[in-house]
Amino acid sequence: MNYKGKAHKVGEHIDTDAIIPARFLVTTDAKKLGENCMAGLEPDWVKRVKPGDIMVAGRNFGCGSSREHAPIAILGAGMPVVIGHSFARIFYRNAFNMGLLLMEVGDDVDKINDGDELEIDAARGVIRDLTNGAEIVCPPLPQIMADILARGGLVGYVKERLASR
Amino acid sequence: MAQTLAQKILQAHTDDEIRSDGQIVQCRLSGVLANDITGPLAIKSFRGMGATKVFDKDKVFLVMDHFTPQKDIDSANQVMVSRRFAQEQGITHYYEGGDCGVEHTLLPERGLVGPGDVVIGADSHTCTYGGIGAFATGMGSTDIAAGMALGETWIKVPATIRVNITGTMGRWLRGKDLMLLLIKTIGVDGALYKALEFGGAVVDALPVEGRLTMANMAIEAGGKVGLFAVDELTRQYCAEHGRPGVTLDLRADEGATYERVVDIDVTGQEPVVACPHLPSNVKNVSECRNLPVQQVVIGSCTNGRFSDMRDAAEVLRGRKVAKHLRCVVLPSTPAVWKQCLKEGLMEIFMEAGCIVGPCTCGPCLGGHMGILGDGERAIATTNRNFRGRMGSLDSEVYLSNPAVAAASAVAGEICGPDQL
Repeated sequence: MNYKGKAHKVGEHIDTDAIIPARFLVTTDAKKLGENCMAGLEPDWVKRVKPGDIMVAGRNFGCGSSREHAPIAILGAGMPVVIGHSFARIFYRNAFNMGLLLMEVGDDVDKINDGDELEIDAARGVIRDLTNGAEIVCPPLPQIMADILARGGLVGYVKERLASR
Repeated sequence: MAQTLAQKILQAHTDDEIRSDGQIVQCRLSGVLANDITGPLAIKSFRGMGATKVFDKDKVFLVMDHFTPQKDIDSANQVMVSRRFAQEQGITHYYEGGDCGVEHTLLPERGLVGPGDVVIGADSHTCTYGGIGAFATGMGSTDIAAGMALGETWIKVPATIRVNITGTMGRWLRGKDLMLLLIKTIGVDGALYKALEFGGAVVDALPVEGRLTMANMAIEAGGKVGLFAVDELTRQYCAEHGRPGVTLDLRADEGATYERVVDIDVTGQEPVVACPHLPSNVKNVSECRNLPVQQVVIGSCTNGRFSDMRDAAEVLRGRKVAKHLRCVVLPSTPAVWKQCLKEGLMEIFMEAGCIVGPCTCGPCLGGHMGILGDGERAIATTNRNFRGRMGSLDSEVYLSNPAVAAASAVAGEICGPDQL
C-alpha cells in the first residue's frame, strides 16, 4: 500500500482526550468523530486536513484512555497513517485493529517538518519526505500486527478464525 | 527459570512456554469488561466478526458507569445498545442503575476479579486489579470484542520494572502519593509496554485499597500492568469481598530478571500533587501556594473506595467547605455509599457543605456532574490531569489523595491536611 499526503506535526504525549475529547464519545460514527479530531488540542485543528494527509507525532502518541474512538477519529478525519516517535500501547493495538497504520520511527521523526509532502511505501516500511529529500526506514511489524492489518483490522482477522472453528 | 509476577500469571493462562519477555502468547481470559462508552463499539465489532455467542456469559462484565445516570439523549441511547446485548446474551454481570458503580471499584469489591486472573477491559484503568494480583490490562473495544467471542487474546509478555518502596509512611501519605512519586521518577512513558511490579516493606504493609489505587495508575506511567504479590492481606480482602476460599500465594521468584529496579524511600515524604497538565508534574503539597480552587472532586476508580471516603471525612469533620467553590463527593459503588451512610460519613460531608452525588465516573473524564469552566481550577482524587480533561481547555486539574483534596476544599486553595 502506498500513501501520499501532507504532514501535520503534533507534539509529545498527545493524549486521547486531545485526539477526541470525552464529550464527543456519544457516537461511534467515524465521520462525526473525525469532525472533532484533535479538538482537545486546538478547536478546529482538523480543518487543516485534506483526505490522505498524514499525522506526524512526537513521543508516546495516544497515551491515556483505551477509547478506540481515537484511531477512528483520525481515520474519520481522512488520515490513513500516523508516523510517530513512539506510541502508547493501548493506542498501538487499537490503531491496527481499526486498520490505521502506525509507523514507529524514533528520533528520525525529527527529519520531517510540518507541512512537508510525504510518500510512504508501507510494504517496504519506507517514508520519503519529498520536500527535503529525507528517507526514513521503519522496522518491520510483528507478524501478528501484519496479519491483522492484512485483513483490514481485527474484525476481519477474528472472522476468519471463527469461520475455521 | 526464575519468573516475574507477570510471567508467572501469564504462564498459568497459556499453553505456550514462556521463555523470554517480548514473546507473544495466546492467553485464556478470566474476565472481559466493557463500559457504556466502549461497549457499543465492542458489540458492533463482535457482530462484524460474525460472532453470535459470548464465550462465557458469567465472565463478560458490562458496567454502565461513565455517564450514569445518563446525562443526555445520546448517552441514554448508547446504554440501550449494551442493555439489549446483555439481555440477548443472558449476561450475568450487567450493571446499570442502583447496583451500578465505577467499574474498577465494583469488580474487585464483588469478587468478580481475583488473584492470578488474566482480565482485559475496554478501559485503560483495568490495570487496577493488579492490586490484588491479577494480570489486568486495558485494550480497545475491538480487542474486547475478540475476547468476548474467543475467550482468549494475544499478549506480548512485558519486561518488568521492579519498584521497591521502603521507609516510614507519614500520617497522610497514601498509595496515591507513592504512585505519583513513581510517575514523577520514571515519567508518563517510563513504563511504556512494560509491567510494574511493586514490593518492599511499605508495599507489604499497604492495605489492599491503597494497592488498588497504585495499580490503577500504572497506565499513567504507560504501563501494561501494575502488579502486587498475593499475600495474607490480599486473601483477607478477597474473603471480605465476595471471593472466599482463596489460598493462592503468589510472588515473584528470587532472581527473576528485571529490566530496571527503582528504589523509593518515603521517610520524611509529605503528600504530593500532580500539577497540570501531566501526572508526572509532581510537587510536594507544601510547595503549592496561592492556588485557589473552584472545584474539588473526591471519588473515581482511583480514590472512591471506603478508606478514601474515611480520609476525606476525617479532614472535613467539624469543618466547612470554603465559600465560592463546589466540593463534589462521589462514592464509587453503592456498597461504599451505604457504608458511608452507616458510619456517619454522609452527615459529615453534608455538614461540611459538600455535594454528595451518585456512583459515577462523571467529572473525572469531563462527562458530567462537575465540569470546569474557562479558567477554573480543580483539585481531584482522579487519575488524569490532561488539558481539558475535566471541561474547558482553559481549565486546570491538580491530582491528589483524598485528604489533600478535602483539606483544599476547606482552605479554598491547594493545601495539605497538616496545613489547615
